[in-house]
Amino acid sequence: MAVAIETPFHVLAVDDSLPDRKLIERLLKTSSFQVTTVDSGSKALEFLGLHGHEDSPISVQADQQEAAVNLIITDYCMPGMTGYDLLKKIKESSYLRDIPVVIMSSENIPSRINRCLEEGADEFFLKPVRLSDMSKLKPHILKSRCKEQYQQEQHLQSNSESSNSSNPTNENSSSTCSNSHKRKANDDEILPHATRPKHS
Amino acid sequence: MDYSNLRRQAASMKKSLFDQGYLDEQFCQVEDLQDEASPNFVEEVVTLFFKDSGRLMSNIEQALEKYPRDFSRWDAYMQQLKGSCSSIGASRMKNECMSFRDSCGQGNVEGCMRSFQKVKREHAVLRQKLESYFQLLRQAGPAGAATRPVM
Repeated sequence: MAVAIETPFHVLAVDDSLPDRKLIERLLKTSSFQVTTVDSGSKALEFLGLHGHEDSPISVQADQQEAAVNLIITDYCMPGMTGYDLLKKIKESSYLRDIPVVIMSSENIPSRINRCLEEGADEFFLKPVRLSDMSKLKPHILKSRCKEQYQQEQHLQSNSESSNSSNPTNENSSSTCSNSHKRKANDDEILPHATRPKHS
Repeated sequence: MDYSNLRRQAASMKKSLFDQGYLDEQFCQVEDLQDEASPNFVEEVVTLFFKDSGRLMSNIEQALEKYPRDFSRWDAYMQQLKGSCSSIGASRMKNECMSFRDSCGQGNVEGCMRSFQKVKREHAVLRQKLESYFQLLRQAGPAGAATRPVM
């Protein structure tokens, strides 16, 4: 059931330089992205729903923010938290790590670039960023969406199988993937709650 | 009639800014982002640039005085300024920034001081030239905007 996604992708842009922020915002908007700009790594994390302690986001907001940001593009050189520090925090967060991250820098330093890519950055742009660079963003978003969708489908599948056992048999209660395979075979027999398959 | 003359003047002014190396291709990239939705985009970015670069330059000025021979600090500040210049295509100013950074690398205080004076001068000149340019554009009317120079 492929649904056409009408709403534009949402990019969070992080840069401490005011003119650069204006430029990246325009570049992104011209390329049909919805844009939020912030001027620091810590503000970026705030926006993404991480306050202080990484793995315990403010839950309600966080769900919304997580769903809302499809890509993060950040300058490397920023006072306080650098783009690299921000990247690390994002990758360390179990619920933010799948958001693609692009690093921008005005310095062409191979060791810096490699470090970022190794830490999980999806792309590295040399500044000044150009309109033609924008076309590189969507593939990363789509790739992470496919992954997310696949993971959700997997999750739903194993859920629908395990919900069939609010279920007496003890051996199934410590449920793992392998259990759900077993459960499939038992479906017809066990289930008081689930919708029964058509029987004779 | 009058307008087309003004437009010609604006185009000619822009061409000479490029010919004399004040601006480079990046400025065209910025212009390409201007459209009916954002009709004053270039001027807005340039205004932000001068505001931001003014602040950065005064940081450098202070640092030169307050932190003698602190080349890595001086360099870090100048790196920011250079990045800004680069973003709008301020080519001559960018080159002077690079000279300054070279002098930092060599531990050459005199060289830094000289370069910084040049950076300040280029900044002032560019500001004046671009102000004139935008003024002319405004007089020439909306159609006068964003014509690529014949390079």
